[in-house]
This record gives sequence, structure tokens and C-alpha cells, in this order.
Amino acid sequence: MNHQRRTFLKSTSAAGAIAAAVAAGLLKPTQVLAADWNKSAFTADKAAAALTNYGISSPSRSKDVLLNAPDIAENGAVVPVTITSNIPNTEMAFLVVADNPNPMAASFTFANGAEGFISTRVKMAKTSYVKAYIKANGKYYFAEKQVKVTIGGCGG
Amino acid sequence: MNRREFLQMLAVAAASGLALDSENLLAAGNPSDLYRLPKFGNVSLLHFTDCHAQLMPIYFREPSMNIGVGKSWGQPPHLVGEPLLKHFGIQPHTRDAYAFTYLDFAEAAKTYGKVGGFSHLTTLVKQVRAQRPGSLLLDGGDTWQGSATALWTKGQDMVDATKLLGVDVMTGHWEFTYGAERVMHLVNNDLKGHIEFLAQNIKTNDFGDPVFPPYSLKEVNGVSVAVIGQAFPYTPIANPRYMVPDWTFGIQDGHLQSVVNEVRGKGAQVVVVLSHNGMDVDVKMASRVTGIDAIMGGHTHDGVPAPTIVNNAGGKTLVTNAGSNGKFLAVLDFDVKNGKVADYHYRLLPVFSNLLEPDPAMAGLIKKVRAPYEDKLNEKLAVTEGLLYRRGNFNGTFDQVILDALMTVKDAEAAFSPGFRWGTSLLPGNEITMERVMDQTAITYPATTVNHYTGKQIKAIMEDVCDNLFNADPYYQQGGDMVRVGGIGYTCDPTQSTGKRISQMTINGKLVAPDKKYKVAGWAPVSPNQTGEPIWEVVASYLRDKKVIEPTKPNVPTLVNVKGNPGIGATA
Repeated sequence: MNHQRRTFLKSTSAAGAIAAAVAAGLLKPTQVLAADWNKSAFTADKAAAALTNYGISSPSRSKDVLLNAPDIAENGAVVPVTITSNIPNTEMAFLVVADNPNPMAASFTFANGAEGFISTRVKMAKTSYVKAYIKANGKYYFAEKQVKVTIGGCGG
Repeated sequence: MNRREFLQMLAVAAASGLALDSENLLAAGNPSDLYRLPKFGNVSLLHFTDCHAQLMPIYFREPSMNIGVGKSWGQPPHLVGEPLLKHFGIQPHTRDAYAFTYLDFAEAAKTYGKVGGFSHLTTLVKQVRAQRPGSLLLDGGDTWQGSATALWTKGQDMVDATKLLGVDVMTGHWEFTYGAERVMHLVNNDLKGHIEFLAQNIKTNDFGDPVFPPYSLKEVNGVSVAVIGQAFPYTPIANPRYMVPDWTFGIQDGHLQSVVNEVRGKGAQVVVVLSHNGMDVDVKMASRVTGIDAIMGGHTHDGVPAPTIVNNAGGKTLVTNAGSNGKFLAVLDFDVKNGKVADYHYRLLPVFSNLLEPDPAMAGLIKKVRAPYEDKLNEKLAVTEGLLYRRGNFNGTFDQVILDALMTVKDAEAAFSPGFRWGTSLLPGNEITMERVMDQTAITYPATTVNHYTGKQIKAIMEDVCDNLFNADPYYQQGGDMVRVGGIGYTCDPTQSTGKRISQMTINGKLVAPDKKYKVAGWAPVSPNQTGEPIWEVVASYLRDKKVIEPTKPNVPTLVNVKGNPGIGATA
């Protein structure tokens, strides 16, 4: 079954799936590229500025925000990250890689009642804290984890 | 029995376990007592790990430097020499002091002889299992790599040997350096119906599907026992990524908790994790994951005589580490009553080759395996006048020989050699054969390299590896030792944070300039398509040329801020 699922998805790559959605009129190209894109937040070169530009203020650390990322990245170019928000009325999620040249990596808007779950991959140049911010009921919450990026080799 | 009673029982068990160990260790001066191991309890687990394909008896010197920082300062396994003997109640100048420490190694080795060897290990396993019907034999991995014959047969010799030995369950690390395809072929054919290969922390990159079964549930004398596999979490980082391109690893302790809950839910009364994390990682993992009775560990090659008992929210977990190179067999006996572990005994038995008759069937297999290669293995390259060994945080004498060979043959002003922890030891006067060179170098990515690095790049590499060793959080460590450097002097402060441990670097007696380029030789690159001459050829040609290796002093850094650390040998 897994094998079939894998074969199926290989033949319809992610890009292909999006193209299909566009063709079906589900998404307009402008939405794919730039829906609600906050330029000043995404181009800021400091995490603090990126947060300010998004209006994220006084976030509190929350156990209801779960951030899953590797302790040491297997490949800094594609570091898998998942965010789960168990906070009711989660509206938005933000993913920040504190020491990246542009720390704001992604933002997500949840439609009313959508499950607060995100799975994505980020590029990391070096060891850094990865932070997940959640906006819910007008307030901000966060979780963080250090992800180490190493040159590899010399082990064992 | 409620949780509090269980904790009390474990505390009592710990005390009695330790006392029993000390008594046996004291008595161990008398060889006939050494392997007299009275049956205890109703569930027994035998464990060896990191044998690194050493089928024949060998010498193996334990480290004179194994520094612990942060919470690990002075805690097992970060004890060497006298502090280790004192901590575990082992008398100096005994057979066990020889097995567990580097002290007087060359002299003691002449008295007590070689250790390990699969035909000797087989005899011991049979002897211990005869008194323990239904016992399980666990192999912690790093079994298929580390010798010439393992490399040349792509692990086949070790697969055949472990099947004959009667291994029930294994996990892995260096196994994966034969490539995913070879591993799956052996697992799905040779091991099938004999040895279960387990790993709860290996999944496919794309969908996160498990690659191997996470656990095995066994019925042992009417008791349900779960063994969970934990492969080396950083295989794609410490070893070439291209060997396992479609798999993702990691510690995955959240997933481990769900696996523990699942097996407990299925009625497991004993839950054991067969781990290749390394001991510091296992100790941290034991503090975070509940419901595990014991983590039987390897990877860091620590011969730890007694378990470390770790408290967590659900109770207590034993953490053991069973050394390397076939030198030890661990025996963990559980007394399971009313569905729970009530008491335990643990022994880490050194395998003294001259106290155990070789098992004829295993001896026959080994002879057959070696026959086609005997001439190559036995080629005499040189004689060593000094003791040659590898283990130690910063360097070993055999690594120094490798560095000298690299710098000489490649005409480089500096050299890097990986901080591997496997590799056998040679006594003064021993011949260095090709087999002994392969013991230090037999890997599937043996290419030598020559790079022109800037001083800044050299420092960055050294800082990176140093952090893998001394990061205060074990989850950010990789379990190897510091990269060995030839031609480079430096000062190291293991207690500093990432990027700040290395200073005062010199090459050719001059301070290293950040922007100047230096010619640096090395080996074991993790990137693909490297075509340099294999390291064993470089070392062999150097040895043939030299004929006699004088006692060498390994190049080690000046250490600061670790004075009095019990992981630094006083006479090292």
C-alpha cells in the first residue's frame, strides 16, 4: 500500500498538484505566490524586526505550542519542522529561524476552525533556534528549539 | 505493588547489585570464579555491542582520557584509571583493572593476555545461557564493520558469525555504511528467521514510514518481554548521507515513548531498549522517557561495570554500556514478580581469551572466513617499539602513526584523522600486519584527501567536531572523539560553548593566520565520488618504508579548565 501511495505521488509531483489546482480554478497564480505576503517581515534581517513587522508582540511561552524539529539537522537545506497548536481559535502560525539571513521563514493563516497543524521544511545555514509563534484570540504564544547544523563526519 | 514499592525494590536491588559486583570483582583474581555466574531471576538478557567485527582475540586498551562536561563531569562513563577503579570498587593490579582501565596496560596485557574473539565469546555465551533457559542475546550493532574480512565480505562474515552465536535481536550504525540496499538484502534474507533487526528511530524521508520493526515482543519463561531497537541517531551526519539517502534517523524520544506505551499496553512486563545512542544520550533519554526498565547501550564504547540508575517521572531506568571490540559480555538478570521487575543483577564480564576454550564450530567458521585472505592479512609491514592504541578524547598513538603517514606520503603540513573509537591495540615489540592496519581503517569510504584550507576553515572544522564531543547537552553530541590533528598545536577548553573551545592554534610553530591557506591531508570524506588512494594503502606504504615505529608521543592540545576531571588519567 505504501508502495502504491509512493508511486502515485511520484507520478504527480507536488508542483504538478498545485498546477492542477490552479487549472481547476481553485487557486489563482497570485494567491500561490503572494497571498498576504508581508514583505517587511520576510525581508527583515533580524528576528526581532521580523516579529515587530508582523505585529507579534509580548509572546508567551506555551506548552500548548508543540514544535518538532531534529536536534541535529541531517541536511541543513531541508530541515523538517512541524508545529502543532492546541490553543483554541488558532488564527496564524509563524516560523522563525533566528540566525538565518532572513529569520522569518513562513507564516500560515488558518481558516476558521482549521486544525492548528503545520508540517514543512526550512533551510538553515547554521546552528540556530527555530521558533514557532501562534496567534490565537489576538494573543501570541511561542515554542522554540535549538537545531544544530554541523559539517558531519568524524563520528563513531 | 504500587509505584513507591517498586522504587524501593529497585533501590534495594541497586544496592545489592553493586555489592554483588564488588564481591565478584574482588574474587576475580581467581580465574575459576570469574565466569561462575549463579542463575538469578526469571528473565535474562545477554548483551554485547560494538564488537567491530573482531572475530579473533585482540588487545584493547581503554582510554586514559574520557572527559565529561556539564552534568557528566565525574559521572560514569566519564571516569578513567584510578577514579574508575575506586568508583566501582575494583582492586588495582588485578585482572579486572586490566579489563576496565588503561593502567599498566602493556605489562598487564602480557600477564592476562588477549581479550574477545568470537569462538571464545561463543563458549562464554553458551555457558551463561545454559544456566538461563529462555535468555535473549542482544547485539547492539557496529558488528559488521571494523575488520578487513568484514569489509571484504561486505559484512557477510559477521552476519554468519552472529547467526551461529545465536543473536536474537540487533540494531545498527556502521552496518548502514554498506548502503541501504546491502543492509536490506541481509536483513530480508540472511537474518530472516534468525535475527530481528530493530530500529524505532529510522523512517523513510517521504512519508515517515518505519523502515525496520520498532520492537520485538518475546515470551521468556512465561514473562512478556519487549525489546525496542534504537539505531545510531546521527548516522546520516557522522557517516556518508549517500549511503542511506531515503532514510531519516534522529533520537525520536517522543516516538520511543509511544512505542513503550504500546508494548506496555500489549502486556509487556519487562521493557528494554537496545540502544546505539551512546551513554550520555541514553542517560538523558532515560530521564525523559518513562516505562523502560533498562537501556542497554553502546556506541561510545564505554566498559561500565555497573548500571547507572536514572530517575524519571515514571520510576527508574537502568542504563548500561558494554564496551567494544568483543571484549565484554553483559548479563542482566531480572526477577519479575507479579507482572513487574522486582529485582535485578548486572554483570559486565570481560572475555579473557585464555580462560575460555574456543568453541569448535565458531572456530571452524572463522578459519573458513579468513582462509582466502590469510596472506594479505598477515603481511608484516613494520614492528612497533611502543604501545599503539586509538581510544582517547584527543589522540592515540596509532592515530599519530596514521597522521604521520598522511603528512609524509601526501607531503602536507597538517593532517586530520577521524576520532573513531574502534581499532585494536598493539604491544611494544608486536608486528604491525596489514590486518592491524585494517583494524583502524576498514571503512567503505576510505579515500584520502588533500585540501588547501584557510586557517579560519581549519578552526571551524575543529570547533565543529569539538562541539560534537563536548556540547553540554548530550542530544547535540555525536559520540565520536575529537578529530586527531597532525602538525597543528592548539589549546582546548572543553567547558566553553560552541565555537569558543579552540585557541592558540599553531602550524609549523607559528600562530595560524585566518586567511592563509595550509595544505591539509585527511581521509574518510563523507561527500560522494572521492577518488583518493585508500587510507590503508597510504599507511601500509609508510610502514613498509619505516620498518620500525619508534614510541610516538601523540599530538594533543593543551587543556584548560578541566584540571582534576576524573576523566583524565593521572599517569596518561
